[in-house]
Amino acid sequence: MRTRKPYVFAVAGALMFAAAACGNSNDSSSGGSASGGAGSSITYWASNQGTSLESDKQILQPELDRFTKETGIKVNLEVVPWSDLLNRILAAATSGKGPDVVNIGNTWSASLQATGAFVPLDDTQLNTLGGKARFLGPSLAATGAPGQPPVGAPLYSTAYALYYNKHMFKDAGIADAPKTWDELVADGKKLTKDGKWGLAVEGASVSENAHMIFTLGQQQGGDLFDSSGKPQFDSPANVAAVKQYLDFIASDKITNPSDAAYSNGTEALQDFIGGKAAMVMWQSASGTLKTGGMTPDDYGVAPIPLPDPSSGGKQIDSMVGGINISVFNSAANKDGALKFVKFMTSKQTQQDLNKAYGSLPTVTDAYDDPAFQTPEIKTYQQILANTAAPLPQVTNESQFETLVGNAMNQLFADAASGKPITDETVKAKLTEANQQMTS
Amino acid sequence: MVVSATSRPGGGRGSGDPGGPPPPAGGGRGRVTPRLWVRLRRLGLPYLLILPALVLELLVHLIPMVIGIGMSFIKLTQLYIRNWSAAPSAGWSNYHLAVDFNAPVGRALLHSFFVTILFTVITVALSWFFGVAGAVLMQGEFRGRGVLRALFLVPYALPVYAGVITWSFLLQRESGLVNHVLVDQLHLFGDKPFWLIGSNSFISIIVVSLWRWWPFAFLVLMAGLQNIPRDLYEASAIDGAGWMRQLRSVTLPMLRPVNQVLVLVLFLWTFNDFNTPYVLFGKTAPQEADLISIHIYQSSFVTWNFGTGSAMSVLLLLFLLLVTAVYLVITSRRRSDA
Repeated sequence: MRTRKPYVFAVAGALMFAAAACGNSNDSSSGGSASGGAGSSITYWASNQGTSLESDKQILQPELDRFTKETGIKVNLEVVPWSDLLNRILAAATSGKGPDVVNIGNTWSASLQATGAFVPLDDTQLNTLGGKARFLGPSLAATGAPGQPPVGAPLYSTAYALYYNKHMFKDAGIADAPKTWDELVADGKKLTKDGKWGLAVEGASVSENAHMIFTLGQQQGGDLFDSSGKPQFDSPANVAAVKQYLDFIASDKITNPSDAAYSNGTEALQDFIGGKAAMVMWQSASGTLKTGGMTPDDYGVAPIPLPDPSSGGKQIDSMVGGINISVFNSAANKDGALKFVKFMTSKQTQQDLNKAYGSLPTVTDAYDDPAFQTPEIKTYQQILANTAAPLPQVTNESQFETLVGNAMNQLFADAASGKPITDETVKAKLTEANQQMTS
Repeated sequence: MVVSATSRPGGGRGSGDPGGPPPPAGGGRGRVTPRLWVRLRRLGLPYLLILPALVLELLVHLIPMVIGIGMSFIKLTQLYIRNWSAAPSAGWSNYHLAVDFNAPVGRALLHSFFVTILFTVITVALSWFFGVAGAVLMQGEFRGRGVLRALFLVPYALPVYAGVITWSFLLQRESGLVNHVLVDQLHLFGDKPFWLIGSNSFISIIVVSLWRWWPFAFLVLMAGLQNIPRDLYEASAIDGAGWMRQLRSVTLPMLRPVNQVLVLVLFLWTFNDFNTPYVLFGKTAPQEADLISIHIYQSSFVTWNFGTGSAMSVLLLLFLLLVTAVYLVITSRRRSDA
């Protein structure tokens, strides 16, 4: 018997590991809603909309409690930081294990739609949410590829606008926000002095760069993808757009060369708050500006300049920014999840949450609240209604953002270190990015 | 279960002393089977004992590696991540894409590869040099030696993120301490240089990497020095060898086995290091410091093309295997020659 013991232990050990490994993959169906039985709870991954993950929880919890009271469904909330959100969603899609409901950046819509991970919302489902007409058109257009049922409902809307420092404008003798790009550059030159700069940009931010080349390229009359979906980043219009943006550092010299290294999505805004830059192009900055001690008396919000209508460019001055709410196909409680989407797009919830976040409701009936009648919100509302366009809803959108944004990072580095920025150098980099679009 | 059931017939017989002399030969057919069983059991025991470790090793290391190799042969884009088995076979096309150096993807990979080699060679050489210098200088007794040793090990003990994020603050152009000292205090440059973008980023990543890895070299070499017998130094001193001569003829040769492992491990770790460039530069590194780990991450995660990323990883694995094999063959032969 003495000799048999080690065998038994060894085999038992091996079996235990094997059993543990199998056990893990078997209980996947229960997902995050194991407690209290199916039907009574859902898991929700929210994106980080507030100043911190903690503040998001505080803003969302009262709403979630209201949902639980109305429907009896408990919501397990997790706020996921932006840096992790896409990877978490991809992992959930790959493994089939994840939350029931998730927030996504609306520029990912078409890419994520292609994975098939989300429940497509057909007309019946959209009707239970109040019908297509209830949503803002541009926001609804950013929920998936054209002609296919959307893979989510718009939750919060944003757009780019020009924020300017009223005091600095007054000191420089400038009465109003610039209406054309020439005016913006001229104002910028007046404002650039004594270590202060006209305009701040996030030169090393991949996504910001991608958004800017889209908007400026539209203004030049160009498109990033041709009608058959082939990338054409190095078209003359896009080259001109990138050059115009880089020239703020390279030839106009209204932007601090240091901005070429700004990448974390806060630095340019901090320069604006600290009075080191007089203008910045940003999405819904009011929350952060308030935290930084600025009131609407200190800053103004205006649309980003549009091109001269005679130039042939499109009258587009922003991408349609925003957050969508989607239901996972693998959701353990799909019914509850769809009820939750309906709740989140209801008038009351839209008003509460967009007020708290400083973003715009995605449904038209929510705008009767006086909180959405401020000049800033009105400006945004007009931009979204008239001059904003969604980023190309193509499956390789995230690849585009990475490649073009990265190419622009490198060009910004060149511009900041005084290397010449010409049509040729810009085109060479964009061609390289274009060729790397593989799929 | 299987073992205990089949071992029953032998179990009754052999429960006495398994290490005892084998039963006499020619004991009839009935005795051959148990004898074979005892032998088998004795041979099998060690394997069974390492079975749990083996199963874990398979689970943790080998299976992910095999899956990775499998992934490199399919077109695993976002269209198929929900159902891998539906992904069409890519044959060798992911590899073709990675090694076609006339096309942009292959060229970018090759560029990244050379940047990484240069970065690794410089970092390992400097880490080793600083490690040897530190360890040798800390060998003699003096006041404050313990404090200094502890201080030198701090970078290695710090969490990577905390250390490297601090570096990224130091290296900021506008408000960083490095530019403050170099430009505002010492007036070495007319204009504030960039450290995190452009060509200087290569210097930055080497400095940060060196800061992070040299304490490991220091630690290992310090341990190696403790094993060199004092007599050797005494004998060489009697023979009139000075400090330099002792270093060259006693210390370094005696450290050779330690060095052999140290340099290899440092090379592999530095070459593969993902954390340092990721925390320092973010998801996309500047072209001049486009290290291969970040490059592959970008090629798969950021662009959602996991097949190509896996193919690149497999190529990297093959390269590192080759380097390791060649290195071990060369260094062991030299040692046996000596």
